[in-house]
Amino acid sequence: MTTERPNVIEVKNLVKKFGNFVANDHLTFEVKQGEIFGFLGANGAGKTTAIKILCGLQSPTSGEIKVAGYDVYHQTNLIKRNIGYMSQKFSLYEDLTVSQNFEFYGGIYGLSRKQIKERTKYFLEKLELTGAANKILKEIPLGWKQKLAFSVAILHHPKIVFLDEPTGGVDPVTRRQFWEMIYEAANEGITVFVTTHYMDEAEYCERVSIMVDGRIEALDTPAMLKQKYGANSMNEVFIRLARAQSAEQ
Amino acid sequence: MRTILYILQKEFRQIFREKAMLVIILVIPMVQLLILSFTATFEIKNTNIAILDHDHYVESRNLINKFSGSPFFTISSFYDSYDEGVEALKSGKTHQLLIIQPHFERDLQRDGTGKVMIITDAINGSAASIMSAYAHAILIDFNKQILVEHFPNLSLSDPIQITVSNWYNPRLDYITYMVPGILVLLVTIIGMFLSGMNVVKEKELGTIEQINVTPIIKYQFIIGKLLPFWIIAMFEFSFGLFLAHFVFGVPMLGSLALQLGTVSVYLVVVLSFGLFVSTLTDTMQQAMFISWFFMVIFILMSGLFTPIESMPDWAQTVNKINPISYFIQINRMIMLKGSVFSDFTRQFYSLVVYAALMLGLSVWRYRKVA
Repeated sequence: MTTERPNVIEVKNLVKKFGNFVANDHLTFEVKQGEIFGFLGANGAGKTTAIKILCGLQSPTSGEIKVAGYDVYHQTNLIKRNIGYMSQKFSLYEDLTVSQNFEFYGGIYGLSRKQIKERTKYFLEKLELTGAANKILKEIPLGWKQKLAFSVAILHHPKIVFLDEPTGGVDPVTRRQFWEMIYEAANEGITVFVTTHYMDEAEYCERVSIMVDGRIEALDTPAMLKQKYGANSMNEVFIRLARAQSAEQ
Repeated sequence: MRTILYILQKEFRQIFREKAMLVIILVIPMVQLLILSFTATFEIKNTNIAILDHDHYVESRNLINKFSGSPFFTISSFYDSYDEGVEALKSGKTHQLLIIQPHFERDLQRDGTGKVMIITDAINGSAASIMSAYAHAILIDFNKQILVEHFPNLSLSDPIQITVSNWYNPRLDYITYMVPGILVLLVTIIGMFLSGMNVVKEKELGTIEQINVTPIIKYQFIIGKLLPFWIIAMFEFSFGLFLAHFVFGVPMLGSLALQLGTVSVYLVVVLSFGLFVSTLTDTMQQAMFISWFFMVIFILMSGLFTPIESMPDWAQTVNKINPISYFIQINRMIMLKGSVFSDFTRQFYSLVVYAALMLGLSVWRYRKVA
């Protein structure tokens, strides 16, 4: 079944250098439509840099990269129309209310007034936040804010949503709920590209790639990876890969 | 267009959410206008003059009375020794020292020349020359009086008669002169700081990242950021104008439409200057210092306090890129002289070019991709 789906992200030999430092060293991978793709790696492995390049927030040093069928060098605005993004750092407007944030981003992505109303209502009901619609974001707990940020990222029903450590600092129950939202989005056909530190979350992904020092060291389904490395959990896989790397050095 | 409207809506919501900011934007400039207009004056009143009379006769007393009768002078004290007088100058108790030489009256009657000396504290050069000129005028007047008394038959008509008439500000009122300039300063400060802080604030909070990943086009973003402050500053200028006219009685001889038209262009210069600074910097602190750097230079060189014509050549050249100086000229011309558009086309077109340039620069510098 996986083979029938078209690629929505195609990356060939992506290199990003900051001076002498190589943040992304010849990354090559594809992500299929509707897939939940886990992009794992230790802190500083170069995940955020790669995600920013895919979103058109940074330009790559070299490599062939297509997102949603568009080229990241020349068609960034077309890419931006077709993706959603949730940054590592919470970046909705904390001095606006929940529904004002929805209205603003809905408007920016060109939704009609009616669509904005409907989508806002839909998400608030789903999150059981209808009562908080007129609350300023500042007054809302982090877990809820993360779920709101995710909702805003998929408000315009993008082809792909990029989530950069969406569950950092969030309690286990909320994390669980968050992943339920991710599954729902994937069921609606939205491709989910997610980075995380939590290896239990990696188990939820269809395929994961593990980055070590700017390179992709492994890329497969969690089951295959566990088999290949003779591990019981993704946690073991990750530690084995990261250890091997530090032993080399 | 819809995108811009959504940005505008968001900006206004953020501005009106913060009540303290509203007060800062609307009330503070008006208070400044009121205070500055009353105090920023070069008029010299109440000059303290100390008297050192070594003669103590009728004529010296007459001369002293002339000074005490003048509205510009207040006799601070009388001294008997030169040292005491100098001490008073040093300590700032007096601004000027009038020394009447011994045998003043005797010399005057016998030789026709009496001697007095005036010492002026000239730390503030321009104030000193004004004080000297006032003292000089009193002495000339006193001279004439003596001539009349002692030589009643002498014809005193001057060969050339000078009549001075002051146009555009007949009573040489300083408020009339200063208020149009101060008004310009206030909208400049508010405009430059607000727009300068705004984009960089989004950078600091990280909200700009979420914006940069949307399909917003650069010019939409810049216009969306600029317009709210343009509207606020226009409102503020109009309100200041209202105060200037009805509180300070500053004349408004020119066309109001013309004035608002020129200020609307000027504000584009100021706001996009601020935005440009904002796109260059990473923190509000950096933006603040850079804006302040330019602002202080522009203000001090603007011709608000000192005439540009008397600045050195290099300063006049620098002033060619000083938007404040152009607009203070225009604003004073319209309000006080009733000038029409053809009187300041050069200044106006300079502003138009400046506005286009700064706007272009800030759109160019705003990077959605790092």
